[in-house]
Amino acid sequence: MLEWLKQPWPWYVAGPLIGLTVPTLLILGNKSFGISSSLRHVCAACLPAKIPFFQYNWKKEVWNLFFVLGIFFGGVLAAWLLSNPDPMVVHPNLQAEMAGYGITDYSGLVPTEVFNWPALLTPRGFIMMVAGGFLVGFGTRYAGGCTSGHAIMGISNLQMPSVIATCCFMAGGFIMANLILPFILSL
Amino acid sequence: MSTTNTFVQNQEPKVHDTDFEVRSLDTMCVSDTEIKEPWYGNLKYLVIGVLFGIVFVKAEIISWFRIQEMFRLQSFHMYGVIGSAIAVGMLSIFLIKKFNIKTIHGEKIEFHDKKFNKGQIYGGLLFGLGWAITGACPGPLFAQIGTGATAVVVTLLSAIAGTWVYGRFREKLPH
Repeated sequence: MLEWLKQPWPWYVAGPLIGLTVPTLLILGNKSFGISSSLRHVCAACLPAKIPFFQYNWKKEVWNLFFVLGIFFGGVLAAWLLSNPDPMVVHPNLQAEMAGYGITDYSGLVPTEVFNWPALLTPRGFIMMVAGGFLVGFGTRYAGGCTSGHAIMGISNLQMPSVIATCCFMAGGFIMANLILPFILSL
Repeated sequence: MSTTNTFVQNQEPKVHDTDFEVRSLDTMCVSDTEIKEPWYGNLKYLVIGVLFGIVFVKAEIISWFRIQEMFRLQSFHMYGVIGSAIAVGMLSIFLIKKFNIKTIHGEKIEFHDKKFNKGQIYGGLLFGLGWAITGACPGPLFAQIGTGATAVVVTLLSAIAGTWVYGRFREKLPH
């Protein structure tokens, strides 16, 4: 059992479990599934700076901060108790492309050659961690949600704006991964 | 919602309109319950988050490499995860509406329609660019840090800064 749990889980196990989060949150307390709003609650709680967008009763949404704290602890537990001893298996074409950028370590889920503390002082690391993170936070709030709020909760509730937003997420991702990221990774 | 409205009515009329608009556009992650629970009621959501985080890690959804494969059409994995999550979510919401399923506290479950605005296009594209760079949407950032990729703390702080800058300049941005 434990050996099986340590293997990477297939999509047809993980996807439905993630989908079940939608009714679980609704039935437990009338909460709509979404994660990026947690970033807004942090702003409202820590640095509202009289900005109207951050003037609301964030304490009512504190459940969302418990939820993301749980995701953090889930990451800790999975890495501690259920960690896969083998390196990640990725598509050979991706592996060949990454080797060209000096990325060869597949022991972790994120490439250690890119996402590490000293790399912050390099142009590549700075763009990928600081600029990348900024785009995630700015873009999700501008779009009014992320993969969870729009793609999963919104489309599940048959919302056309969420379908449009999800198509734009994918379009942005395709443009970045195929047209721009190769230059950033070569820096 | 009542708390928010009461709070907002104390503001300038213009601010009231803006905030009301935001609340109606931005309904994800909103708690609709009127029931006041003690703080430890939130531990339920901590537990759901832990389980959710474990799935994130074990299905390699938080992997930068899986995201790169998705955007290069080299793997079906992420499409399978998101597609089956939507299918299960859709069926669940259909059943909740059809059988008028209540919360565990007996409340009616609320759904919100989202209104279209251009932010979903501009913001969606910007988030997509960031998603392919960082290999993470907001949820996976928390799980990546948990697995020991501590430098991702910087990505998370930067995402919070991005949210703040959006809030600061949202009136000047096209919506």
